[in-house]
Formats: sequence, C-alpha cells, structure tokens
Amino acid sequence: MSETKNFMFLNRRAPYGTIYAWESLEVVLISAAFEQNVSLMFADDGVYELTKGQDTAGIGMKNFSPTYRTLGDYEVRHMYVDKASLEARGLTADDLVQVEWEDWETEESVDNIVEVVDSEKVAELLAESDVVFSF
Amino acid sequence: MPIEVDGKTFETDEEGYLVNLNDWVPGVAEMMAKEDDLELTDDHWDIINFLREYYEEYQIAPAVRVLTKAVGKRLGKEKGNSKYLYGLFPYGPGKQACRYAGLPKPTGCV
Repeated sequence: MSETKNFMFLNRRAPYGTIYAWESLEVVLISAAFEQNVSLMFADDGVYELTKGQDTAGIGMKNFSPTYRTLGDYEVRHMYVDKASLEARGLTADDLVQVEWEDWETEESVDNIVEVVDSEKVAELLAESDVVFSF
Repeated sequence: MPIEVDGKTFETDEEGYLVNLNDWVPGVAEMMAKEDDLELTDDHWDIINFLREYYEEYQIAPAVRVLTKAVGKRLGKEKGNSKYLYGLFPYGPGKQACRYAGLPKPTGCV
C-alpha cells in the first residue's frame, strides 16, 4: 500500500427508511481491508444509527445496529457523534452503543471509540479528512 | 440447489449458501462437507461454532482477516493464522466455513 489516507464516512440519515445507513456500513466494512485510516461521523438523523435497543420487528427489516459494535475489529479507530444533533433529539451518549477497540498484537485497548464532539470539532475533523464519503 | 438432510429440504442460493440462517442444523454442515469430500473434525467445528456465535452477536459474517484475529484470540495463537485456517477449509475459511455455518457470504468477499 503506497499511501494511507484519512477516510471519513459522514452518516446523516435515519437507519431505516432508506438504504443509506446500511450501504455506508457495508462500505466501511469493506474499506477496512484497504488499510486506510477510517473514521465515522454521525450527524443529524444519523445519530439514530448508533442508538441502543433498536427493534425492527415491526418494519420487517434486519436490525443491523449490533454490527456497529464490531467496527473496532475492522480497524476503525474513531466514531464521532455531533453533540448538537444528539441534543436536538433528546439523546445523550448513554443512549448510544459502545464500541471497543483493541490492538491484538500489543493488547493496547480503548473501551469505547464512540466520542461526542461539538460543532467546531466536527468542522475541523471533516476539513482534516482526505476523502469524505457522504451518506 | 437445495440440500437434503434427514428428509428435510434446505433452500440455498446460487452459490450454495443457506437462504434461511435460522433453519441451520449441524447436519447441514456435515452434508455440505460431504459434497466437498471433507470430513469435519473438532477443529472444523470450533471454527463453525465460532462463526455462528459471531453472527449471533454482530449480525454479519466476519471478514477473513477479522476471523483470523478472533480465532487467534479465542482458540490460541497457533490457530490464528491463514495457514491453519486454509488447512481446515481449503476453499477459503471465510467462504467455505461461513457456508457450512449457514451464514451469508462475508461482506467484501467476491
């Protein structure tokens, strides 16, 4: 691999109703194989993608929310959540899934790579990214 | 092509993966292995059972790289490498073992 880039996946839509959230997740899972620096950002209705206790029985869709918890195994190091979007929906960090990360060689680990950040930081992170995938 | 185990028919897709994950019984893995001329040992079952647990928890089939790391962690370092896994599943640990376990094809696999 010649060059490592900072990939940012920006998720702004509710998990169900459209295919965007699932498609984004699939691309993230695939891009792990390319050894890039992959980060995710959740803003607007996208914050709902990370909420705990989703039950999709009533809409006949697969509940893929447990899949986010394995992203640490796919070399995703950062999952950012926009604070203003969270607050506007009456949610807090406690309503979101936790995602563990561990380096299996060194056993270095992070208990939770999900981080709530303010708007200024959101703008900074997006500006720092080499590539932004918007879903 | 559907497969038959103990008089029950199990529907599979065009690549031989089980259509309904919940239908799976151990006999499905045994029948699929038999068609590949492979005899399942405890070592094979360790991987198949691990895959089913992983799917239950995360709702996806793991990429082979993730599988390799996870096997090393759970079953011992000497098993967490592709040489060991390909030794067990010569058609590819991701594809073949997932198929035996009744899982869909791993995301990112072609």
